[in-house]
Amino acid sequence: MQEVRVCPVTGLKVQRHAENLIKLNAVMAVVSLLIGGIGAILLALTRWEAIHLLPSDLYYRFLTIHGMNMLVFWIVFFECAGLVFASTIVLNSRQVAPKLGYFAFLLMLLGWLFVNYIVFTGKFTESAVMFTAYVPLRAHPLFYLGYILFAVGALIFCILFFLNVYNARREKAFEGPIPLFTYGIAAAAVIAVFTLIHGAFAFVPVFLWSLDIVKEINPAVYRLIFWGFGHPAQQINLTAMVSVWYLLSYFTVGGITPSEKVSRTAFLLYVLFINAGSAHHLLVDPAFGAPWKIFNTSYVLYLAVLASLIHCFAIPASVEIGQRSRGFNNGLFTWLIRAPWGNPAFAAFFISLVLFGFIGGTSGVIMGVEQINMKLHNTLAVPGHFHGTVAAGTSLAFMGLTYYVVPLIFRREWLSKFFAVIQPYLFGLGLAIMAISMNTLGRMGVPRRTWETSILNIPHKELLEMALGIGAIIAFTGLIIFVLHTVLTLLFGKKLSGNDKPTFPSISEPAPQRTSTPGTVTLAFIFFFYLIIMFAINWYILSKSWEIR
Amino acid sequence: MAITKPSEAYWDEKVEASEKVWLAVSILACLFMFLVMVVWAIAGKQNPPQESYIIRPSTFQQRVEEFINKYKIGEENGVPIVEAPSNVDLYLMGRMFQWTPILVLKKGETYRIRLSSIDVNHGFSIQPVNINFQAVPGYEYVLTLKPTQSGEFLIVCNEFCGIGHHKMVGKIIVK
Repeated sequence: MQEVRVCPVTGLKVQRHAENLIKLNAVMAVVSLLIGGIGAILLALTRWEAIHLLPSDLYYRFLTIHGMNMLVFWIVFFECAGLVFASTIVLNSRQVAPKLGYFAFLLMLLGWLFVNYIVFTGKFTESAVMFTAYVPLRAHPLFYLGYILFAVGALIFCILFFLNVYNARREKAFEGPIPLFTYGIAAAAVIAVFTLIHGAFAFVPVFLWSLDIVKEINPAVYRLIFWGFGHPAQQINLTAMVSVWYLLSYFTVGGITPSEKVSRTAFLLYVLFINAGSAHHLLVDPAFGAPWKIFNTSYVLYLAVLASLIHCFAIPASVEIGQRSRGFNNGLFTWLIRAPWGNPAFAAFFISLVLFGFIGGTSGVIMGVEQINMKLHNTLAVPGHFHGTVAAGTSLAFMGLTYYVVPLIFRREWLSKFFAVIQPYLFGLGLAIMAISMNTLGRMGVPRRTWETSILNIPHKELLEMALGIGAIIAFTGLIIFVLHTVLTLLFGKKLSGNDKPTFPSISEPAPQRTSTPGTVTLAFIFFFYLIIMFAINWYILSKSWEIR
Repeated sequence: MAITKPSEAYWDEKVEASEKVWLAVSILACLFMFLVMVVWAIAGKQNPPQESYIIRPSTFQQRVEEFINKYKIGEENGVPIVEAPSNVDLYLMGRMFQWTPILVLKKGETYRIRLSSIDVNHGFSIQPVNINFQAVPGYEYVLTLKPTQSGEFLIVCNEFCGIGHHKMVGKIIVK
């Protein structure tokens, strides 16, 4: 018999192996976030060329470390914790094959070690190849092996997720339709499976090539297959983040989605169409034609963007429904103004939602336009875009969830309410300033992944670089507060037991019925007009450029 | 109700009018954005080129050298300056950590520039015009280009290619 305890807040059963796997993954996630974060601040202070902190070789090395730890390790470890949580505790069920789970974690840990070890200590030419490792840049075999081991471990967690859900059904621990959160995580897990398979197809041949077993790798084909891994990997984050948004709207204000049917259909659209987004990186590549590019970059007629637009309505709407049924029913925006902004889980969630939409999502849709991509490909606007999505969006949402994970799973009370409350604001504000500066610099031609750009004569470049640096410092402060506060709380926080309430209140009763959501309708249309204006501006800028075909 | 079970009949629940309107607007926006790309691909003046060839890097390098020998008009810091008429194909080669040659173009004329790399991936980025393409070894990308401004333009490399990546700066002169 496996040990089981009952969560005093949610009444959910927490089984020991599931809890352990969640803890292990969560700890490694935070460690990776710390390494990536230190990389982040060093890089930003180098790109702020008035400071120009790192020498060029260290800059490129830290760029690889930052990319790997943030885009891969921090987020995938956290998602594996999420996979276990959504398929065991939420379903009131147990972890099947726990030993396989520990084995998978071990593989990921080894992969993590190999990559970080070789990038920190390897020869420059064998280590600074970036997250993308474009062939024929050639890394040390350990780098590719680490990538592969990590991916296999993550793949096992996906398979365990499906087995857990199947088992919960079979043992009748859970009957009827699965909850929306688990549904969303299931969508993420399906995307993860084909993403990780692409990863294997990209890295296994390259690993053999790095050992001189395979003679040659086609660089254009590598780019195609790598992005079948690289971009959908971020769509796993997107899907997991949207699921976390739904979860947090429930935990923080008792929110319920306006329509289960529509929200679930949107997740299904992600599963079906989002993989096409890998074309975004190949829009100005020689090896592909316009019909292929246009069909794929539009996520197949923008059906995956449609899904995001659905969530962009449904998530604020679920907050509005929760708030209105809690009595904040006056006027258009009372529900928003009187929201629990002092609860860091809510602040993180809502800031992440807004920044993702206005910075990350919008810039992504625009730079994904085949023609406009000529003006943005490989510029600083690309990292500007994905710091709006994965950093301000996914990372901040996951931080928000941590404010519940620590008291509910780790059973510790947060040490400091003050630092918890200010953290999401610092992180969100910093990233907003940084991402907007990067997007602006990139739009004017400043390249990404480049140590020095002093040769470029761009209006207000120094000012924008300073904004980038200051934004990074603010965001880094938020990140360090998050990491230290989490680690110190796990070590020294007051142990919660029995029916102790966690530091930040969570709602265990959903809104009794659905209400209309006039505030959300207004917000959604404000966003819509913003998107149209940005879209039009970018087409206008393109139309003024040199003619090319 | 993200962690609790929905009603068994959730599929039959009615969708609120406001969400239906939002759905309709979103679908129209998606179709519109898709069609803009298609229309621009047919009628627009700025589109990613579609002509490309598979070529061995050594062959490409040889052709670049032949091209330079034929049309060379000078040199700047060891990099040849080349002026060729617009009715022949021009060549531009990326290698660690240099763009070769410096091309001299005339404003308002249309040129065919064959772009490739002979070692790793490079990023072809004309500044401050800000037009960007990927230079992939083994693939020749034919850019049909009409400069509409005159002056000296930089070609920076915006794909990481090694330790000297930031020093990889070339030039295009438009007369």
